[in-house]
Parts: sequence; C-alpha cells; structure tokens
Amino acid sequence: MSQPSSPTQRSARTALAVQAGRLAGRVSRRAGMGAGVTIGGRVALAVAPGVIGELAAGREAVVVSGTNGKTTTTRLLVAALQASGVSVVSNDTGANLASGVASALASGASGARPVLEVDEAALPRVIAALDPRLVVLTNLSRDQLDRYGEVGTVANRWREMLASRPAQRVVANAADPLVVWAAQESDTVWVDTGLLWREDATACPACGALLEWGDGWYRSACGFAKPEAAIRLTGDVVEAPGEHVALSLSLPGRWNLANAAMALAAAREAGIDLKEAAAAMSDVREVGGRQATWRLPDGRRARLLLAKNPAGWTEVLRFLAGADSGVVVVLNCRVADGKDPSWLWDVPFELLAGRPVGASGERHLDLAVRLRYAGVDFVDDRDPLLAAGKVGGDDVEIVATYSAFVDLVRRIRSLRSA
Amino acid sequence: MGTYGDRGNARVLERRLAWRDLPGEVVEIAAGEPIPSTLDVYVIGGAEDVPQTLAAEGLGASGPAIEQALDGGSVMLAVCAGFQLLGTTYVRTDGKAVPGLGLVEAATVAGPHRRIGEVVVDTGRVGVGLLSGFENHAGITTLAPGTEPLGAVRTGSGNGDGRDGAYQDRRLVATYLHGPVLARNPALADLLLSWVTGPLPPLDDDMADRLRAERLGAAASRPRWRRS
Ligand SMILES: [Zn+2]
Repeated sequence: MSQPSSPTQRSARTALAVQAGRLAGRVSRRAGMGAGVTIGGRVALAVAPGVIGELAAGREAVVVSGTNGKTTTTRLLVAALQASGVSVVSNDTGANLASGVASALASGASGARPVLEVDEAALPRVIAALDPRLVVLTNLSRDQLDRYGEVGTVANRWREMLASRPAQRVVANAADPLVVWAAQESDTVWVDTGLLWREDATACPACGALLEWGDGWYRSACGFAKPEAAIRLTGDVVEAPGEHVALSLSLPGRWNLANAAMALAAAREAGIDLKEAAAAMSDVREVGGRQATWRLPDGRRARLLLAKNPAGWTEVLRFLAGADSGVVVVLNCRVADGKDPSWLWDVPFELLAGRPVGASGERHLDLAVRLRYAGVDFVDDRDPLLAAGKVGGDDVEIVATYSAFVDLVRRIRSLRSA
Repeated sequence: MGTYGDRGNARVLERRLAWRDLPGEVVEIAAGEPIPSTLDVYVIGGAEDVPQTLAAEGLGASGPAIEQALDGGSVMLAVCAGFQLLGTTYVRTDGKAVPGLGLVEAATVAGPHRRIGEVVVDTGRVGVGLLSGFENHAGITTLAPGTEPLGAVRTGSGNGDGRDGAYQDRRLVATYLHGPVLARNPALADLLLSWVTGPLPPLDDDMADRLRAERLGAAASRPRWRRS
C-alpha cells in the first residue's frame, strides 16, 4: 500500500486538477449538460493522471464491481458504514468509470472513506490507480458484448490485475465461476450467494474443459471447482463463521438478497457487526431510482425495475411471475445498453404469458417479435409511460434497460416534483 | 452452443410449425452430448473461443451422424461460430488451428479486430430478399471455388470479402448474422422449413416485417467493410 498522506500533502498538480475538474463540472451543469460528474473527472484526470491515487491515499477505499448488482451492493455497504458512524464518499450518481471515481474522490470530505462502484472494464485501471483496501466482485455475465468484448476476456483481465496484487483483500461471489477464476489467487473471502448463472460459463475458465454442474456446485476435471465459502446466503439468512443474521430488506427479489450478502461480507471486513449492518440495509428503499414507485395519471401504482442483461432480466421476470399486475418491458439499444438485442432470446419472456403486457422503448419492435414468439399478448407503444397507461392490471411494473431506465427516472422525478 | 440468443432460431422454427398446426419439437443438445442423426433440422450457433474448441471436439465425434442426416434430407442452419465449425479449419486468435467438420468448403482465420454491427445481406438467387442481422465476430472466411455464399453483403462484413455465409440448396444455410436471424427474417425460416415439409402457407409477420424495415433503414448508415 502507498504511504498515507494528508490532504495538505497533495501535490500542486493534484490540487490544480481538482479545481479544474470542479470548474468543468460547474460549467457543464450550468450549460444543462447533466450532473457534470463525468466531465469534471475527465478534466481532473487530464490535468493530473495520478489524481486518483493521490486523492485516495490513506483512505482505505472499497471498490465494488461486477455485471449486476454493483450499484445496489455499493449503496447497501454505504448504508452499513454510515450507520456505524463512518464518513463515506461514494459515486452514487452511477458515474463508475475512472472519471466518475476521480470526481467522487475530489467531491467528498478529504478524510471520508471512498466506497465506489466501478465499471467492470474499468476495474483494472481503477484498482491500479486507487490501491483499494478491499475489492468486492459480484458476478460476471454477458452485458453489452458489442462494447466490452466477450465476458471471458473481462474475467482474464481481472485475474491478471489481481494476480499482480497477491495481498489484495477481496470479497468475491463463489457461485460465479468467472469471478472465482478472477479472484482465486488473491486473499479472498468467498461468499456463496446461491444464485448460479451458468449460461456464460459452460467451459472451465482454467482449462477449457466442460464444467460439470449440480445443485449448488460446479467443478471441472482439472480440479477447478466452487470454493468453500466462509459466508453463505440461504433463503434470507446470511451465515458467517460463528454468527448469522436474517435479512429483512425493503428491496425486492432474490438478486437483492445476494447483493446484501456481498455487502454484509464487505461490511464485516470493515469491522462492522453483522446484525447492525443488516439493520442499516433494511432501511434502503430505493437505489438510484431502482424500485421507485409512483402514481400513474389514472391512479394506478407503477414501479420501476432495472434489468440490464440476460441474467438481470431473467431474475426480474422470475420475481414478477405469479402476480397479475401489468408489466411494461422497455428496450433501448444505445451504446450504454449494448446495441445488439439478440440476448432477448435467452430471457424467458414466456413467463409473462397470460397477463397484461406492454412492449416499449426505442426497440419495442424487437420486443414485440420476441413476445409474439413467446406466446405473450401485448400492447405496443414506443413511450413507456404511454404503454403503462394502455396496459391492463391493477398495478404496473415497468422493467427497463439501462438508458431507458435513466430516462424514466428523470421523467418520474419531474412528475413527482410537478 | 449459444452466446448470442441462438436458441431463438430453434424457437422460431418450432413456433412457425405450430402456428400452421404442424408438429415439431426442439431437442436441445448440451455441449458434450452426442448429436443424433434422426433430427430434421439442425441449428448450430455462436460461441466464444474456448467453448468453440470444446464444441469442435464434441462435434467432431458427431460429424458422421450429422452428415448422414443431411444426406438423408435433413437441413442445417449454422450461425457464426457454428458456420466456422462446419468449415474445414478455424484458426483462433491465439494461432491454434481447430479442425472443422468439413461439411462446407470454407476456411476461417480469426482476424485482427472484431466486426460488430448491423448487417444487410442480399440473398439474390437464393430468393429470400434482403436479410437483416447483427454480427459480432473476428472471423474472415474464405469459401473454396464452387462453394456458393448465402448472399452479397450490402452493409457490414460477413465473410470479409463482400459475401456472407454459405448455401447448399435444400441442405444447408450458413451465415454470420448471429442470434435469432430467423426471427428478423421469417422468409429464411420458412425456406429452411419448406425444405423439410414442402410448401408452407404464409403467416402474419406484421411485427417482424416492421422490425426488418426499421433495421434495414438503420443499417443503411453503416458502411461495408473494406477488404484488408
Ligand atoms: Zn478446468
């Protein structure tokens, strides 16, 4: 680890970088170009490429990365730390590239502990710059293949980065073979979240042979296998050595229980009592607009859910199965979503058959074709809020890909404040 | 194999039979399992490099069964890595040569960069008009003289030489248009089915037609890959 340094010891260049970044962020905000987080960070990095390392020095940063759940896991961990009196700075606007990390570090109190979600492709660079105390790895599945390249490549980059830091403390999901491959040479606390997502890991990441899968386990002929986990999630109970706690989250779904188990393991590493951490997490109701609820003009209740990729969509559709509320599915294929919606065919939209469904978003036609082949009747409207008005059901669940979700959060907030 | 929603193609074929009250059943064959010679339509999809090597090993053993089936009147749709595996050889990015089944006289080399984006293929003589799809692969595939492509690339890369895929009348369609290419191009789905069932009555493909029109319009802004 690098030498701790107090803020007054920061180099003149870093101070200048922070100022330049703040100025650029202010200009961007005034010009109505968004929160100015990304541009501010970019400017700061351009002025002083070492700005992340200098700003983070001595602050015991925690980074959270993975395809799904990094935002919520980060938010839950922040809640646990804050409840125990730790001052925290986090990139809670969702800006999770190096620029967003730089921006978050520059924005908070200089002594605050950084707890940062980091984009999975940006993770190696951010770890190298940040020298974090703890790395939390949730899962790796297909997301934006056209942007990141294939998921095995990301796993290999993670592994190379962590192999160069053998003393790095890691909290990692034992249920995901690609995460295990990435973190197995590190000082790792394994968490068994119970959610096995095997679509992307049919081949052993170590030797290329077929992985053998069973109920709660996987293994390969070469000896690569699911590691023994110190911390396990079973139902809503998290077991750690010598203690256990039942989670009662306000956030819905199995996937949020898995996020909470990862966050609990990380909080435990930070010395926080398991039960206190779990209690703090139960108060988290909405993360960056996820699970936001509001009233439609016709008085029905609507709820917004984010699903970014096949694993996320599958989890959300399973969670929604069995109810009879209306469901509006919203698909965009901008750069942030991935431009190729082929993955729609790996998601069991058949689960929606027999209930009121709306197809929406910039690529609603792709959804419409998928739903037709899934035997699902639907109404069709490019605008998600209009689709929500058209769809039947007492309440309406709106499930959206990333960019559609971000648009909707903005629109819902302006509706709420109107 | 299925990296890019490939099981969608099987689903589309099965539904299009069912909508016409024709029997059909999807048999999913896991990696490593032997492939039976008794199926009417074979669909083989995309994969990353490592699963592709696995699949090549698994398929190698099943090669005779597949060939026997195709000789007996069964048909094959091979997409992306599936196309490469049916060829004679596939040279991976790490230089390792994986032997293919040799059902198509086509040799593939992994190129220096991935070709990613919307593709439009004019099927010309094959007779199913313009195909709309998405490609994401590094393969550059060279067909042997006398081997017919599926069509000419209007947008995107395809095989890398202005042509896409391979075509054997009443027997085989291979293409780089990955994932559910049959969902976007119902005429291609029905061509494959008709090789097994005989002529088929038309279906209501309004949504697929609208989607195809939209994607063909969007693809118009993507240039064709230059030969390099
Ligand atoms: Zn192995």
